[in-house]
Amino acid sequence: MGKTNSARLTTTVRPSSGWVALRPRELWDYRELFYFLTWRDIKVRYKQTALGAAWAVLQPFLTMVVFSLFFGSLAGIPSGGTPYPVFAFAALVPWTFFATAVALASNSLVEQERILAKVYFPRLIVPAAAVLASLVDLAIAFVVLLIMILVYGIVPSAAIVTLPFFVMLAALAALAVGLWLSALNVLYRDVRYVIPFLVQLWLFISPVAYPSSLVPQPWDAVYGLNPMAGVIEGFRWALLGEAEPPGPMLAVSVAATAALLVGGLLYFRRMERSFADVV
Amino acid sequence: MAAVAVRAVELGKTYRIGERQSYQTARDAIAAAARRRLRRPNERRHAGPPGRSAVDHEWIWALEDVSFELDEGEVLGIIGRNGAGKSTLLKILARITEPTKGHAVITGRIGALLEVGTGFHPELTGRENITLNGAILGMRRAEIDRKFDDIVTFAGVERFIDTPVKRYSTGMHARLAFAVAAHLEPEILIVDEVLAVGDAAFQKRCMGKMGEAARSGRTVLFVSHNLAAIESLCGRAIWLDGGRSVADGSSSDVVSRYLSSSLSVLSDHLWPDPDLAPGNERVRIRRAQVRPEGGNPDDEISVTTPFVIEFEYWNMRAGAHLNLSLHVYNEQGVVVFNAVPTEEGAWQGRPFPRGLFRDTCHVPADLLNDGLHRIELLVVEDLSRVIHRMEDVLVFEVRDADDNRDGWYERRPGTVRPRLAWETEHLLPVDSGGHGDG
Repeated sequence: MGKTNSARLTTTVRPSSGWVALRPRELWDYRELFYFLTWRDIKVRYKQTALGAAWAVLQPFLTMVVFSLFFGSLAGIPSGGTPYPVFAFAALVPWTFFATAVALASNSLVEQERILAKVYFPRLIVPAAAVLASLVDLAIAFVVLLIMILVYGIVPSAAIVTLPFFVMLAALAALAVGLWLSALNVLYRDVRYVIPFLVQLWLFISPVAYPSSLVPQPWDAVYGLNPMAGVIEGFRWALLGEAEPPGPMLAVSVAATAALLVGGLLYFRRMERSFADVV
Repeated sequence: MAAVAVRAVELGKTYRIGERQSYQTARDAIAAAARRRLRRPNERRHAGPPGRSAVDHEWIWALEDVSFELDEGEVLGIIGRNGAGKSTLLKILARITEPTKGHAVITGRIGALLEVGTGFHPELTGRENITLNGAILGMRRAEIDRKFDDIVTFAGVERFIDTPVKRYSTGMHARLAFAVAAHLEPEILIVDEVLAVGDAAFQKRCMGKMGEAARSGRTVLFVSHNLAAIESLCGRAIWLDGGRSVADGSSSDVVSRYLSSSLSVLSDHLWPDPDLAPGNERVRIRRAQVRPEGGNPDDEISVTTPFVIEFEYWNMRAGAHLNLSLHVYNEQGVVVFNAVPTEEGAWQGRPFPRGLFRDTCHVPADLLNDGLHRIELLVVEDLSRVIHRMEDVLVFEVRDADDNRDGWYERRPGTVRPRLAWETEHLLPVDSGGHGDG
């Protein structure tokens, strides 16, 4: 939309066309606003819900109980030597983060349309702040996960040091999806109704209730196209002391996330200039 | 010689008609794409705004060919009717929306105040909202910290600074929001009609702050309907009409040209064909008229003439609960009054069948001051939703009347000119004994 020369503070406003640059420099200039929006999202999130922080734990925890009962006990889904409740919860913690972050990021622009119509800043920071704010939920739920691991007497291996990588992968995957959906959501308002359904379907194609080893050999790499497959199996490997690191599947997940993110960034930047006109 | 702070060159912006009112849905977009594919497989989709000469009914130029240069320290007022492109121009310069053509070069840090309280969150405390709002408006964290106490004092909310703003009164909320905005100190300040909020005292305070900004050598772009404010604050003004700049010069010049030519008397309107009449699928206006009681639209209305404002309209949907609402503005853009049907009216609160209706509003003598007045019509459904709005649907002049002067020979100040009951009594004679009267 414009370029800013910080030395002389000259801004040029002119029509842009087609694909536009990402302008990381400008994002850096707006880092304080990014910080404040994230901070606001966190504050508001915990002030508005009656259960507050407890919700971050209850949601994955209750899901884990239901999964353990129906998938673990009744359906007898294998959990690779790990007690099913821990097996499920280790997946539900990153999954719940991903689902929350995608939902919040996707609706973030529409919910803040007033700001978009009145103030300029790189719009990218709105969905990014929503994803970052969701990390607090993840941190809270993670504490419960650690307690559970200890209660079940599982000793994590040295692989636990790789955990931040999987958290980052999950955040980037959520941001990538959030960029696409938030931009589409501004342009087409019925996208909003598709998001919960999409997230629900995504849960079933992710190895949350079942191990990805159920997917037959030649297909497991294809299965990795779902970034959450790599993230979840990574979490289990890093925390539950499973012997096999997720190899080719993880590589595919990383590549898929990168592709989705680059595409999402470009699409978002391309659509960004029309946001204020349609919100 | 002062450096140029803003240089706008042939700025233009198109909007798709209706784009801002209604968003698209993916379902419609997909269906439309499918239809296009089925019917006209070889035709390319019309993807962009038209060229200047293209006849295309889908796109309108909200702003067209606007060029100007603004020196550092200049205070520019932008006037024009609603829809003239004023806000679009500000939004382009503030980088909120992109121009469709042309460009602008801005030298200096820009701060845009298109609204006060942008990003205020009801759940957050006053303290938290000051920080957040300041950041949104473009203040640095250190700057916010430095000005924090001033902001709180200016807003007068010291005692409630740690209370969520959802518990603030409307006035406190507005004061806090304006206080943050007032402490924004960019080199170039862009201000939209933000001063039109709050009560008279608050507005006065806002105007004072604006005047300070203008006098402190800052470059200011200011949009307002308040022509008196433009004249007193701005040295220069641009008048936009239909997206184009029609006058650029000293503010008093431009304001008087705007007043004399943009409002020509328009006391009678008839749209005989409902299909072509202004309105929508719910309501169509048939006639709008202002005339003296018992007279014709051509007859003169003076300050002592009782007159009627009359509208005829088609209600297109059976069972609608409609009412009209009139805003009468004076030359300065001040709302003199807002009139709605009285509650004892025969159709008040009753569902309207389809058909033609007529509303007549009787305005007594000795109410309006002399000068041009314009009427904005709102058609309201269920007492809350505005389903149709027409600005300046009627424009009429109230002339001065000799018999109303009461010995005063200059224009009477004030938005209204009532004749009020007034008694003077001689209560006590001063004792004049001893001064040689007798």
